[in-house]
Amino acid sequence: MEDTYTIMRVFAGSWGMMFLLLSFLGVILFTLRPGSRQVHRDTANIPFRYDDRPAGDDEPAMTRQFKEARQ
Amino acid sequence: MLDYLKLAILGVVVVCAAIAANYARDAAYLVHALLIMASAGGVFLWQLRRTGEPRVPAPANEYMDGPVRAAAIATAFWGVVGFLVGVTIAFQLAFPVLNFEWAQGYLNFGRLRPLHTSAVIFAFGGNALLAASFYIVQRTSAARLWGGGLTWFVFWGYQLFIVMAATGYLLGSTQGQEYAEPEWLVDLWLTIVWVAFLAVYMGTLLKRKEPHIYVANWFLLSFIVTVAMLHVVNNLQIPVSIFGSSSVPVMSGVQGAMTQWWYGHNAVGFFLTAGFLGMMYYFIPKQAERPVYSYKLSIIHFWALIFLYIWAGPHHLHYTALPDWASTLGMVFSVVLWMPSWGGMINGLMTLSGAWDKLRTDPILRMMVTSVAFYGMSTFEGPMMSIRAVNSLSHYTDWTIGHVHSGALGWNGMITFGMLYYLFPKLWNKQRLYSLKAVSWHYWLATIGIVLYAASMWVTGIMEGLMWREVDAQGFLVNSFADTVAAKFPMYVVRGLGGVLFLTGSLIMAWNLWMTVKKGEVRKDAPVAAPAE
Repeated sequence: MEDTYTIMRVFAGSWGMMFLLLSFLGVILFTLRPGSRQVHRDTANIPFRYDDRPAGDDEPAMTRQFKEARQ
Repeated sequence: MLDYLKLAILGVVVVCAAIAANYARDAAYLVHALLIMASAGGVFLWQLRRTGEPRVPAPANEYMDGPVRAAAIATAFWGVVGFLVGVTIAFQLAFPVLNFEWAQGYLNFGRLRPLHTSAVIFAFGGNALLAASFYIVQRTSAARLWGGGLTWFVFWGYQLFIVMAATGYLLGSTQGQEYAEPEWLVDLWLTIVWVAFLAVYMGTLLKRKEPHIYVANWFLLSFIVTVAMLHVVNNLQIPVSIFGSSSVPVMSGVQGAMTQWWYGHNAVGFFLTAGFLGMMYYFIPKQAERPVYSYKLSIIHFWALIFLYIWAGPHHLHYTALPDWASTLGMVFSVVLWMPSWGGMINGLMTLSGAWDKLRTDPILRMMVTSVAFYGMSTFEGPMMSIRAVNSLSHYTDWTIGHVHSGALGWNGMITFGMLYYLFPKLWNKQRLYSLKAVSWHYWLATIGIVLYAASMWVTGIMEGLMWREVDAQGFLVNSFADTVAAKFPMYVVRGLGGVLFLTGSLIMAWNLWMTVKKGEVRKDAPVAAPAE
């Protein structure tokens, strides 16, 4: 019966590390996925929309006119 | 009904605090119990006066900017206080006679030093983060803050935490862990406030009208969540008595040290970096009037920070009882961290591409860009110092203090000043700041102050590191510790002067912000019915 420290240490250095590494790479690949450009351009312009007051309840999020910053 | 419940709870708190003050075993605990009693009593009276009165419902079509205004004022106030204490202790080091005999045990260097670090990090930086979080999450969610009065609880609760921590330090109540000095009672209070902060922030994000969560919110949310985790784990302490301020740590020895620096470095990584990057990703695009250079890069920047920073803590414990593998791990992750940090810096700087001319005319933008440059500089210096061989020279010397200040004054300070200059006209419906010339003065005073500070600390740090390790032909150490102290004197004076310049700049800022609110020209296209308090 190995001690708890060794079990945790071996797990952290093998499966734990692989899990973190793969999720990190996965997140980056997902960010760079094809087709994300439009979403990212829209999201990057969020700060330029509702500067003075919140969106009203009658304003469905996806149909309003996007106000974009001067490019 | 809820009002009466609040009154009952506040009444119980007042009575319990009074009993605790009566049984207090030490001065710090007594002061804290009295502070809690007075605060709870004050809130009780305030609550009593509004109980049963008709309430005006909060306007849902307006942002809740009251707490943002309060936090912005508190940022400027605590900033000046923290810098003033910093200048004081800088001169106490240069001229020990300033540790006055009559003030021993209260205002000597050892008592004032944690007051300075906590005042600038948690009071100045913390309030800046409160203001930024409440402002940014509303604008980028297109929704009013969730929780109503809970936001005010977060603001005032946080101020009470600051006052309790500060009075505790002066009276000698400390856990002795760097940046985690407050004792158990103060820690418990901060935990409650922080959970409320998280609730307000998450609640607002959940009711957002924008389909996506803007990247600044990712950084700010990670700051709130991680700080909660770090704070709870590093403050696992058992009070000696429920009526006394001292406590005993659960973890001891090398585990305690490792936990402390896991906390300490991630306080830098998530409080002073992730949180302030949230500011950078909102206020630089706003001030430059163009979206962030690469949104993809900002996301990668975020995830790389999250995955890497948390492992970097052991580099504070090179050449100690910590196992070699752990300190090597800390060192490697610190060096790898250089890449995402510079990615983020480039992203911030390149946001200005095509608008570089604004730097000539807009001192606020200049301030923000300088802060990003300092972010780049200190995130290069940090990984370098975490390398074991470099650390053997730099550790325990003033180089570390210089590094911390180029990050804190340059990066955190400058981006916060930029944010305050952006926020004050916005929040008080003014056309512009009272004086742009004063901003330029502040900018140059602060920049020259930081340069004096960092340069003198590099010189004195490397000098004392080399003096400590110098051995003669027989292998004997050449210098005594007092020799290094004597040799450092001129650099200590220069550092103090740098601090004076930085403090002067912040006083000019306080004056400028005050005049903006009092005398500034009212905004022409001001939205109707926005209350200017």
